[in-house]
Amino acid sequence: MGQEISRRTFLRGGMAAAAGLAASSIPGAAAAARAEEKNQLATLFDIRKCIGCEACVEACSETNADQYPNPQKPFPKMYPNRVPVEDWSEKQDVTDRLTPYNWLFIQHATVNINGEETELTIPRRCMHCVNPPCVKLCPWGAARQLENGISRIDSDLCLGGSKCRKVCPWHIPQRQTGTGLYLDVLPSLAGNGVMYKCDRCYNRIAEGELPACIEACPEDVQTIGPRDEIIKKAHALAKEINGYIYGEKENGGTNTIYVSPVPFEELNKAIEKGKGKPHLKPVKDTMAQANNLATAMILAPVAGIAAAAGKFYKLTKSSQQGAGQNERERI
Amino acid sequence: MRGNASEPSKRQYGAVRYVYLLTIIFLTLTGFGQMPVFKRYYIADIPGLGWLAQFYVTHYIHYLAAILFLALFTYVIVDYLVSNPKRKKITIAGYVRGAILAGLVISGVFLVVRNLKGSMFSPEFIIFLDLFHMGLVITFLTASLYCIITKQKWAKDLNLDQ
Repeated sequence: MGQEISRRTFLRGGMAAAAGLAASSIPGAAAAARAEEKNQLATLFDIRKCIGCEACVEACSETNADQYPNPQKPFPKMYPNRVPVEDWSEKQDVTDRLTPYNWLFIQHATVNINGEETELTIPRRCMHCVNPPCVKLCPWGAARQLENGISRIDSDLCLGGSKCRKVCPWHIPQRQTGTGLYLDVLPSLAGNGVMYKCDRCYNRIAEGELPACIEACPEDVQTIGPRDEIIKKAHALAKEINGYIYGEKENGGTNTIYVSPVPFEELNKAIEKGKGKPHLKPVKDTMAQANNLATAMILAPVAGIAAAAGKFYKLTKSSQQGAGQNERERI
Repeated sequence: MRGNASEPSKRQYGAVRYVYLLTIIFLTLTGFGQMPVFKRYYIADIPGLGWLAQFYVTHYIHYLAAILFLALFTYVIVDYLVSNPKRKKITIAGYVRGAILAGLVISGVFLVVRNLKGSMFSPEFIIFLDLFHMGLVITFLTASLYCIITKQKWAKDLNLDQ
C-alpha cells in the first residue's frame, strides 16, 4: 500500500498542475482582449441643443426601413398559451416609443432651469454598452458586438426569446412575432420572432459615413468619435455648462453619453417611462458580479491541485510511518 | 486485496461523488436556464424554482458551480495521476465522459473570457462556442444516462495480486 514518490509520479502531477493552470489562464486572455476597448466609438448628446424636431427619428426610419420585419401571417400557434404575440406590423407609424419599426424616439421632460419651466427633449435609443449584456448573455450568439463598440442583433439568427430585453438595464430591444429563423425550426415550441434595436448604422459607419440620425440632425445634437475623446468632450461640456453626465459609468460604461443642464434624477422623474420608454436611472454594472468570479475560477484549479497534493502528502507520510513501525517490530 | 483496495476508494471518493453530482445538477439547470425556456414551460412557476427564470441569478450560480467543478475536476485528475494509476484503470466509459467534461471546461473558460469587459471574439467563434458547449452538455447527459443504465463505472480496480 505504500506509495513511492518517483520522478515519473512528480512529472504526472506537474503535467496535471500545468493543465489546471492552463485552464485558469483567464487573466492573460482578458488583458489581451481589454486592449480592444479603446477602439470603441461613442456618441455625445448635448441635450440642450435638441429641439425635438424628430428629424433623427425620420432619418433612422428611412435608412433602416429595409431591415424592418416583414412578418408572415397568420402567426404560428405557439405553445404554451402564455407565450405572448408581439405584433407591431399594424402600428409601424408609432414614434413615441421603441418598437421593432422605431429604433429611436424622443423623450420629453419638463424641468425647472434657473427658476424657469423648460421642456427638454432627449433622443433615446440603444446605449451600446461597453460590455453589453444583450450580446454577452445571448444564448445563440445572435447578438454581437463589433470592434467599434456597436452592438447589433443579427435578424437572420435571432429566435426572439427576448432574453436580451430582459437583461438590458433599459429593456431596449423590441420583438416582432412571425419573422425570423424560429419559423423554420420549431415555431410552435421555441422562439417567438426577432428582436430589433438600433445598430447605430453599423453599415454606414463601415463605409465611412455618419449614422443617419447624426447626419440628419439640424442642431448638431450628437457628436461621434473614439470613446476616450468623447468622454473628454463630455466632461469639458459638463464643466462649461455646470451640467451632468449620463452613460459614462452606467452599466459599467456605455458608448452613448448624455450631457444635461439638469441632474438626471430630475430628468428621470420628468420623463414618461414604461414599455419601450427607457428610464434615466443610475445603473450598476450588470455583468460585473459574475465577472468578478472569474478570479475565483483561476484559483479553483489551484485549490484542487493543493487538495490532491495535501492528500498525497498525508498518505505518503502515514505509509512511511507504517513502514518504520514494521521495521522496528521486525528488529 | 481487491476488496481492500476498493473499499477505501469508495470512502475516499464518497464526498467527491456527492459534490460532483451536486455541481453537475446545478451546472445543468443553470446552463439550460441561460435559454428562455424555464418560464415559458412553467418550470419556474414550481414553488422554489422561480430563480430559474432570473437570468442574472442563473448566470451567477452557473459561475459558482463552475468554480466548484473546476476545483473538483483538477483534484480528481491530480489525485489519480499522483496516487492511483497502479491501483485503478480508467475505463473507456470513464475516458469518454472525462473527454466530454474537458471539452466543457475548455469551452466554458472561453465563454467566461467572452463575457469579460472588452473581450473580442469573432461572432462566428462565439456561435461555435455556444453551440459546442450546449452540444457537449447534451452528449454528456446522454452518455451519463447510458453509463448509469449499463452500470459502467469511471474506473476499475486493478488486481494487484497478479
